Amino acid sequence: MKTEDLISLLSTGVTPVDTRVSARRFGRAIVLGGLGALVLMAVMFGVRPDIAVVSRTPIFWAKFAFPTTLAATALFLVVRLSRPGTTIGKFWAMPAVPVLVVWSAAVAVLCLASPDARMPLVMGYTWRTCPFNILLLSVPAFVAVFWAIRGLAPTRLRLAGGAGGMLAGTLATMAYCFHCPEMSVAFWAVWYLLGMTLATLIGALLGPRFLRW
Amino acid sequence: MKRIIQSGSVPGVEERLRALFIRGLNGDAVAYRTFLDDLTGHLRGFLRKRIYYLQDDIEDVVQEILLAVHNSRHTYRPDEPLTAWVHGIARYKLMDFFRARSRREALNDPLDDALEIFATSDEEPADAKRDVGKLLEQLPDRHRLPIVHVKLQGLSVTETAALTGMSESAVKVGIHRGLKALAAKIRGTA
Repeated sequence: MKTEDLISLLSTGVTPVDTRVSARRFGRAIVLGGLGALVLMAVMFGVRPDIAVVSRTPIFWAKFAFPTTLAATALFLVVRLSRPGTTIGKFWAMPAVPVLVVWSAAVAVLCLASPDARMPLVMGYTWRTCPFNILLLSVPAFVAVFWAIRGLAPTRLRLAGGAGGMLAGTLATMAYCFHCPEMSVAFWAVWYLLGMTLATLIGALLGPRFLRW
Repeated sequence: MKRIIQSGSVPGVEERLRALFIRGLNGDAVAYRTFLDDLTGHLRGFLRKRIYYLQDDIEDVVQEILLAVHNSRHTYRPDEPLTAWVHGIARYKLMDFFRARSRREALNDPLDDALEIFATSDEEPADAKRDVGKLLEQLPDRHRLPIVHVKLQGLSVTETAALTGMSESAVKVGIHRGLKALAAKIRGTA
């Protein structure tokens, strides 16, 4: 087929294009991925029994705010990286803000604690399983977010995959908050972050393979 | 210096192509066709400078980029420069082309200057080596028939639905998915 025939093929019978596809796809992906993570959390790990009590404490919502703010930055990045010709520039620093806030709080808590209380504050009771539980919960969101990206046009696949993995990992961590009994900021600063970082890395690894178009 | 002189008219091209493209997004087929025609010239110029040692492949890459631009046109936001958007797609498809041929030279190619995408134009088509028409014939009926009737023969969606016994929404979806499948086929043979 000659190029001019292809042009004629492409331009014949065009209909108005809906440019809000991006918002719709990511909206759907977040709802499905988030619900999937919640259901998995409830079935596999169970909602913590004292949820009615802790959900009235500020510390619970401080914990929940950590993955939530990271999810918002991940969403911003993945939306940009799903379209050609967008620049990221200084926006890369965005995820660092919540991380630095949590790290500062963790350092403050550890400094105030007595030396022999510091280790338990960091390791908690569940450090062995926490990052992997987060990864497990991120599976539905991974599928949903990658589906959303695939319907758009990412041109930097590794970065788009990484941002998508980060979104999946942060959504999973939000769901995990409803199970996780750990209430030490030093614990979240290490193990929650590790779980979300692993999800980001896996996303970056899968990106070039699954996002090609 | 040379680049600055060549790019002198680039803002004008951007404005013109952007206006045409946006009219195309609103369903204006004539404007969209003009846009694709102009874009094709610019793509040829852009590619001839960058893969001069593979002149035979240029038309194939041009067609691949045109299809990619068409298939991802819903990702363009009118408040952004069209130059950067098109360049992003052209660069991605060109890198893909290089990867497919594992051309190490690709790494040394200056593909980073977004402004250059509209800097030169070349109206001379060379022959495409790959036949998109043949690839189209390989698509399953649910993709192929809507494309053939609506996009090649110029029938309306309603007429095509009556002719093929498909529902109107199946015809629309068939065109959309079929062109994506066509791009995937092209990638498979690259």
